[in-house]
Amino acid sequence: MKIINLVIILLSSWPCIAWPVTLNVGLQLEPPNLDPTSGAAAAIDDVVYGNIFEGLVRINEDGDVQPGLSLSWDIGDDGKSYIFYLAKGVLFHNGDPFTATDVKFSFSRARSDSSTNAKKYIFKPIVDINVIDPHTVMITLDQARPDFLFNIGLGDAVIVNKDSADRNSFNPVGTGPFKFIKWVRGDRVELERYKKYWGPSVFLEGAHFKFITDPLSAYTAMKAGDIDAFPNYPVPENLFLFENDPAYEVVIGLTAGETILATNNRNPPFDNVLVRKAIAYAIDRSELIDGAMFGNAVPIGSHFAPNHPDYIDLTGLFPHNLDQARQLLLSAGYPNGFSASLKLPPPIYARRTGELIASQLGRVGINIKIENMEWSQWIDQVLINKNYDLSIVSHVEPMDINIYANHNYYFGYDNDEFKQIILDIETNTDALNSSRLYKLAQKKIAEDAVNGYLFQLGKYGVWKTGLKGMWSNYPIRSNDLRGVYLEGDKQ
Amino acid sequence: MKHFSISFIVGGGLSVLFLMGALLSFFWTPYDVELLNIKGKFASPGLEHLMGTDHFGRDILSMVMVGTRNAIAVSLIAVGIGATIGVPLGLWAAATCMNGSRLIDELLMRGNDLIFAFPSLLLAILITAVFGPSIINAIIAIGIFNIPVFARISRGAALSIWPKEYISAARVAGKGVSRISYEHILPNILNLLIVQATIQFSIAIIAEASLSYVGLGSQPPNPSLGRMLNEAQTMIFFAPWLAYFPGGVIVALVLGFNLMGDGIRDLLDPKLRQKSITGKVSNDAS
Repeated sequence: MKIINLVIILLSSWPCIAWPVTLNVGLQLEPPNLDPTSGAAAAIDDVVYGNIFEGLVRINEDGDVQPGLSLSWDIGDDGKSYIFYLAKGVLFHNGDPFTATDVKFSFSRARSDSSTNAKKYIFKPIVDINVIDPHTVMITLDQARPDFLFNIGLGDAVIVNKDSADRNSFNPVGTGPFKFIKWVRGDRVELERYKKYWGPSVFLEGAHFKFITDPLSAYTAMKAGDIDAFPNYPVPENLFLFENDPAYEVVIGLTAGETILATNNRNPPFDNVLVRKAIAYAIDRSELIDGAMFGNAVPIGSHFAPNHPDYIDLTGLFPHNLDQARQLLLSAGYPNGFSASLKLPPPIYARRTGELIASQLGRVGINIKIENMEWSQWIDQVLINKNYDLSIVSHVEPMDINIYANHNYYFGYDNDEFKQIILDIETNTDALNSSRLYKLAQKKIAEDAVNGYLFQLGKYGVWKTGLKGMWSNYPIRSNDLRGVYLEGDKQ
Repeated sequence: MKHFSISFIVGGGLSVLFLMGALLSFFWTPYDVELLNIKGKFASPGLEHLMGTDHFGRDILSMVMVGTRNAIAVSLIAVGIGATIGVPLGLWAAATCMNGSRLIDELLMRGNDLIFAFPSLLLAILITAVFGPSIINAIIAIGIFNIPVFARISRGAALSIWPKEYISAARVAGKGVSRISYEHILPNILNLLIVQATIQFSIAIIAEASLSYVGLGSQPPNPSLGRMLNEAQTMIFFAPWLAYFPGGVIVALVLGFNLMGDGIRDLLDPKLRQKSITGKVSNDAS
């Protein structure tokens, strides 16, 4: 009897008694296609990264580089040559074995002229890909690139199979723990556990990614039990309703999304640094976070994620001070302020922050006209044609401070000193020096008040109590489900 | 007073109430509608804020007042545009139809059908999507889909007046087609048009609310009932008043104008008027 009791106690307290379940995961945006190597949409990685597709290395929940299809690697003393030792016995979902030639094929395809890869710059430094044997590949770079390993862990650099690569956008074939079953457009993508997966077996039987655009429907679908987990719940104001319900768990983490008041540095009066500084003084971040994000966001003072080790807190550089703002406008030659347009994309954070920003800038005499637009209009008018004064958007790419070195980017920030810092970062291999340079870069754009730096977008995870292994942060966009299981709470 | 129907009194009462509220908002609202006060957000309805406050701490009553004013202004101008363009078109079509030239009539009315065949909200979304969302474009969009309504009804009504003997008499007297349309046809179909205008007005209120709801009407911070409803939907679980008040106002406004339209129709319809006159006579006799 005692032994039976012991067995029961052991079983009930076993940390991961995985019940074979198909997990229903809610996402707000449906991906335009399912090929992460073909476009920039974060919604693609939301579904496929780590689940269907894998890269040579894998980025984990903390943003660290982990072994992926390459179990280990050697880096040459000059920092230019990488030798990857690939896992054996790996099969693509179509049954083809994975070998070093697939690495060569995938990277050559991504850097080819016809490729629409959103991050071609990852592959640009590659001079040579040498297949040493089926399970060893050597990649040579033009010079030492400390960020190369991280970059090939991104969704844009996943390994694809040459027979199926062209069909990945609607029938993705990868090496990941889940294989693609079907995509019901406008509704869901269904994945199933890949039984011949090379790595440790996953706990879930399968996963259905369901796309729910409407925030109200997201709430009701969660409450009705149609969705087991919403990795990034779309509206912060409803989180407390889940927090108050023991059936759900709310985990607030961070994304790599710096939310900024994007400023067109080409256009007067924003080409004047005094005006930009005045705006920085006029912004009240705590009011924005409280009012637009219901307290669930972290203030930032530059374009850098607060959970990164090289982050420095620059929020005190331009403390909220209306008199200072007015004074600066006066010395810039705008004693009575001026008028400007604020073009806002659809997300709730942008629309709400926009209304508050308009009101805050109004207090120092800057008269803001809000223009709400759809994403396609925003991309066309603001991002591509740079026809805007101000805008609000979250830059969700990890470690993207280098966008400030591109004077053709929509901010129009053209500063040689900053360009040099980024160049130094890209070619520098000393970690200590790299940290110093990143701090310098953050400081430079903050002091120039290139944009208004508002807050880091939070990741609002909501899932059923007992669901373990979901990511709490988004260092990159991914809902890697390999470690997810439902805790056996049956007594 | 007997011939004022209940629907006219209720509808008229509601309409006047809202009109007065809207007019009052030009001079006075309890709070500034653009004043954000994050610390005072989600105050429940009470003495300080009769309808509570929203997620930015703005006073709902003030926003509803200004929102109603915007809705009424948009609808009034839009219906005005529809009537000013639609009625002459309809009269012209009827006149050409009765005077031999079917071609113009056909062209006008098929053109009308074309606009009419488009779902009105889709047309409005199309216009505001092309020209950008603003209150002016919302007015134009709603105005355009009012044109065929007025053109059709005035053409139909005019066609029934043209064969009348007094029209023939006017023609014999040498009056031209446009003068007859203006001096004889229009006054005789005016009652119909007024009734139609009140109904179109309430439809326009809904159209304005729908456009603002999808973000194509008046832009923030200018309050609008439709956008208030949109913003309220993620918060109705803990601040239901955000939806109750703008939603209730839209319902009451539309109901009021519809009832008033019914009442006006009862008043203006010649047959019904005949009845009330005979009723009056018999009353006098008793």
